[in-house]
Amino acid sequence: MKKSESTGQQNKRGRLRDGIVPAVIMTSVVLLWQLTVGIFEIETFILPGPVDIIRALYSERALLLTHSLVTLGEALAGFATAVILGICFGLLMGYFRWARAALYPIFVVSQTIPLIVLAPLFAIWFGFGFLPKVIIVVLVCFFPVAVTFTQDLLKIDEDMEFILRVMGAGRWKSFVLARIPRALPGLFSGLKIAATYSIMGAVISEWIGAKEGLGIFMTRAMTSFRTAALFADVVLIVVLSLILYKLIELVEKKILNHIDFV
Amino acid sequence: MEKKIIISNLSMVYTGPEEDDGSGLGVLSGVSFEVYDNEFVSLLGPSGCGKSTLLRLIAGLEQDYEGEILLCGENPRHKRIPVCYMLQKDCLMPWRTMLSNVLLPIEIRKGDLEKACEEIKPLIQEFGLQGFENYKPRQLSGGMRQRAALLRTYLMDGEVMLLDEPFAALDEITRMQMQDWLISVWEKHRKTVLFVTHDIDEAIFLSDRVLVMSGRPGTVTGSVQIDFGRPRVRDMILAPRFSEYKKEILDLLGRTKADL
Repeated sequence: MKKSESTGQQNKRGRLRDGIVPAVIMTSVVLLWQLTVGIFEIETFILPGPVDIIRALYSERALLLTHSLVTLGEALAGFATAVILGICFGLLMGYFRWARAALYPIFVVSQTIPLIVLAPLFAIWFGFGFLPKVIIVVLVCFFPVAVTFTQDLLKIDEDMEFILRVMGAGRWKSFVLARIPRALPGLFSGLKIAATYSIMGAVISEWIGAKEGLGIFMTRAMTSFRTAALFADVVLIVVLSLILYKLIELVEKKILNHIDFV
Repeated sequence: MEKKIIISNLSMVYTGPEEDDGSGLGVLSGVSFEVYDNEFVSLLGPSGCGKSTLLRLIAGLEQDYEGEILLCGENPRHKRIPVCYMLQKDCLMPWRTMLSNVLLPIEIRKGDLEKACEEIKPLIQEFGLQGFENYKPRQLSGGMRQRAALLRTYLMDGEVMLLDEPFAALDEITRMQMQDWLISVWEKHRKTVLFVTHDIDEAIFLSDRVLVMSGRPGTVTGSVQIDFGRPRVRDMILAPRFSEYKKEILDLLGRTKADL
């Protein structure tokens, strides 16, 4: 116990240092950026400085908020659907060889089709509303969840499977007792990837045609050369993606700690 | 006395992808021996002589062999006969508590878990695990994990215990403690045990009888009856008779080497 406490303290110090280093680097990059823009007197519509971006964030805050909520809604709906589907198909492909053989290639091929092509197609099929956006997000998020989960379900601890067989457990029983719990860390790494993709997926889907959303705000800012507003939009996309990532990480820690994974 | 395990003229050729270096590998050839009820028999041999394979065959988990196996009077080829089995690795699930790991065999055969929980309380005590019921495996010492694995093995509801080098991964001192403790538990509960090891001292100390196996393809080259009384005590390893047994076993092992 003593020992773990002291290493815990060391970890804390290490974590602090791990936090300080990137913070220092980020701050210097932002400072350098601001200085460059100031010294070379770069026009705001070509490259706005951090101060311009913050100013834009503030002046456009009401508009940005409504657009963010729309995008966030699409991303969350798509992400949730993708998680459910990803887990179901992951289980299916992890358990049945035929399902893996039949579905895996389709999923891989689906990932190679450019979203930029799919988005207008969905607009033709499903209109410019909420649904086509959600479908795009599902397409983006589904793959990492299903694939990482399947991969980890296929990692077999031979000795454990053997002992379970000796105890009379069939294939399904050992799948439930040993393989699913062991695949949970893999599932969560897929969820984290999917979470970061979800906002981006929603934004891309909005580019093609939408009434509201960060993607639409972005295209509007772009066409009117309000570059600072464009950057403000990007900042929000990054922040939202990070928040989703952190949320998943939090849930992961809770659950994996609870079932005690190391 | 009743014969619990009868092996007659057992041969096996392995043609799996991992170990195949040609047309197939003779793993076992013409193995014959018997284990009596409540007897503690060790299978001793160099690594790769097919000892572990032999246990798998007895448990009925591999069927690709020639010859005859009778376990508790029945053929494991035709019917699943429950056995207690233990590997070198403890195979405890890291996400389960010690208690729910130990109760796994009962859970799998859909037994009454609450009743079992009450029933195994004295066993938990005896296996030196009391107070650690809700600990996760990683919080237990190596010896404790192995004892938990052994208790789980014990609860597998078979008449025969097949132990495949259960202590091989432990350090010398822990291994000795585990042997002392295993033998005291066994002397109390008495089950038929087939114990695979490559440690000669361990085999003599624990067993009623030591079967010596040759290298690949494995076959039984000799059987040494160990006539020390029970309960066994550590001091016996200093007895002259212990050395005589050891020499006899070494000779049997050496002879197989000369044959190669």
